[in-house]
Amino acid sequence: MATNNIEDRYAEEFPTPKMEHSYTTPRTAIGLALTVLAFLLLGVALLPLFLVIGFVIVKGANRLNFELFTGSIPVALQPGGGIAPAIVGTLIVVGIATAISIPFGVLAAVYLSEFSSGRIARWIRFATNVLSGVPSIIVGIFAYGVIVLTTNTYSAVAGGFALAILMLPIVVRTADESLQLVPQEIRWASVGVGASNFQTVLTVVLPAAMGAIATGVTLAIARAAGETAPLIFTALFSQYWPRGIWEPVPTLSVLIYNFAAVPYQNQQEIAWAASLILVLLILLASILARWVASRSTY
Amino acid sequence: MNTTTNNSQMTAQEARSGTEKTIDRSFFWTTRILALAVAGVLLWIAGQVAWNSIPAIQQFGLEFLATAAWNPVEELYGVLPMAYGTVVSSFIALLLAVPVGLACAIVLSENFLPLSIRTSLTFLVELLAAIPSVVYGLWGIYVLIPFLQPIGRWFHDNFGYIPLFATQYAGPGMLPAGVVLAIMILPIIAAISRDSLAAVPSELRWGSYGIGSTRWQTIFSVLIPAAFSGIVGGIMLGLGRALGETIAVTLVIGNSNNLSFSILAPANTIASLLANQFAEASGLQKSSLFYAGLVLFVITLIVNILAYWIIQRVKKY
Repeated sequence: MATNNIEDRYAEEFPTPKMEHSYTTPRTAIGLALTVLAFLLLGVALLPLFLVIGFVIVKGANRLNFELFTGSIPVALQPGGGIAPAIVGTLIVVGIATAISIPFGVLAAVYLSEFSSGRIARWIRFATNVLSGVPSIIVGIFAYGVIVLTTNTYSAVAGGFALAILMLPIVVRTADESLQLVPQEIRWASVGVGASNFQTVLTVVLPAAMGAIATGVTLAIARAAGETAPLIFTALFSQYWPRGIWEPVPTLSVLIYNFAAVPYQNQQEIAWAASLILVLLILLASILARWVASRSTY
Repeated sequence: MNTTTNNSQMTAQEARSGTEKTIDRSFFWTTRILALAVAGVLLWIAGQVAWNSIPAIQQFGLEFLATAAWNPVEELYGVLPMAYGTVVSSFIALLLAVPVGLACAIVLSENFLPLSIRTSLTFLVELLAAIPSVVYGLWGIYVLIPFLQPIGRWFHDNFGYIPLFATQYAGPGMLPAGVVLAIMILPIIAAISRDSLAAVPSELRWGSYGIGSTRWQTIFSVLIPAAFSGIVGGIMLGLGRALGETIAVTLVIGNSNNLSFSILAPANTIASLLANQFAEASGLQKSSLFYAGLVLFVITLIVNILAYWIIQRVKKY
């Protein structure tokens, strides 16, 4: 092979690196294996989502009929029935929670983003984050201690109070973030034409941030509608139509919880159907919220 | 944001009428009081739960944490089996969710896929968090528990000599609870790890590629170390969620108050104990339940504050 040609000798000593992709060198093989593994794990992560939604649809669709939305909750061994009282109860409890948490949360966020000096705001934001990490069952026993023990009755109000506390950090955080995104020039313009702080916030800044706040509120409501733990000993449950806000009321989530492990087939089917309704509502709300958010950013 | 206040004070404050000033000031104070009240709620929760647990604290003291009996007849209460269940079920959840969540974060933050596909996959992973706990529980009873049966049996047959697998797979127990928890905390771990990976300055990537590293060498030796504290923060936040998760766990864990080391046997967590017994309890039992709740509250508080602190430090950088 020895040649005298200088170019051939050079090529022998320093072979041109192959530019095509080889899958057999350790570098690329390991890389490829890791890529495959990562995608497999991503698949593993998404599998439960499809399995849960798939099973809820298949098992819930059996009972998806008119009676489900109008019928009253069946007791053990009673055939038929529906979840109408639980739908109404969920609306009542979530409505109470929304009525408490939105004004409270949005005004608190106004202080954080508009009026506060850094130090206090930092501490309150910290407390808000910690509050969102408090387990929902702890919020449940807290609401029991505060409302049920003082009024001596399980009630929709107690349930709404518990859900309001779970919604509060979400509302504060999203409203705070949305208000901070409102351009400073708008505030200056408002103040420049002679508006007071009160007028500026209420007629200029809040309306400008309304879209983003509404998104956060929708997500908070969706979260609250699915919560069970804080309701099982505040709003409790009943088989009957809600008779008032100071009485125990049935809710969709507690209905599913109560009927999940019973040996009666009819109640099990009702639980699956209620799950379908709940999941559909929540998916709809989160898709809607994200869609609105993606269209109304500054 | 303070400029609003300053500007309005500078412009026309003197010209304002008294009522207008009053409205302005009371609006300011309303928002301030409500903002402070958000923090106040946290203290209120702690105070209320602690107040209601005083009788049990006086009766049992710290023994409560080391006693394995939960006996309403003899009025003897200890939370050891539930504390064990809480810790072990959360640990199983982390064991399963951390590698999967990290893989999701890597795929969704690096350029393996076009951005549009990544965005929709990110949304799908986040949807896992939107499904209510109780629906996971229902699914767990009828789908997951039967599905895990052969796996549980295999562990018992092959590793039965290890105390963790010492019993036959009973259906409801720590294993299905851990799997359900893993599914529920996965989106948090994936989202926060993804954010911290995406926040690593691109110069580090370019530098790594520039000296001839492959994509995976870059990921393992540059990106993950750089995003490490953020990832740890995400895992801690997931742990906090797993420790406090109630309903899904209650439906699949079997709610046995006996201490068993086997993850195949029925068990209980503090949160499930509260969910099961709180409504019917009274007297010392209720107070003991509040005490158990206080223990859970303090543990999750510590975990969450640590997580928040770690993530906050990462944000600055």
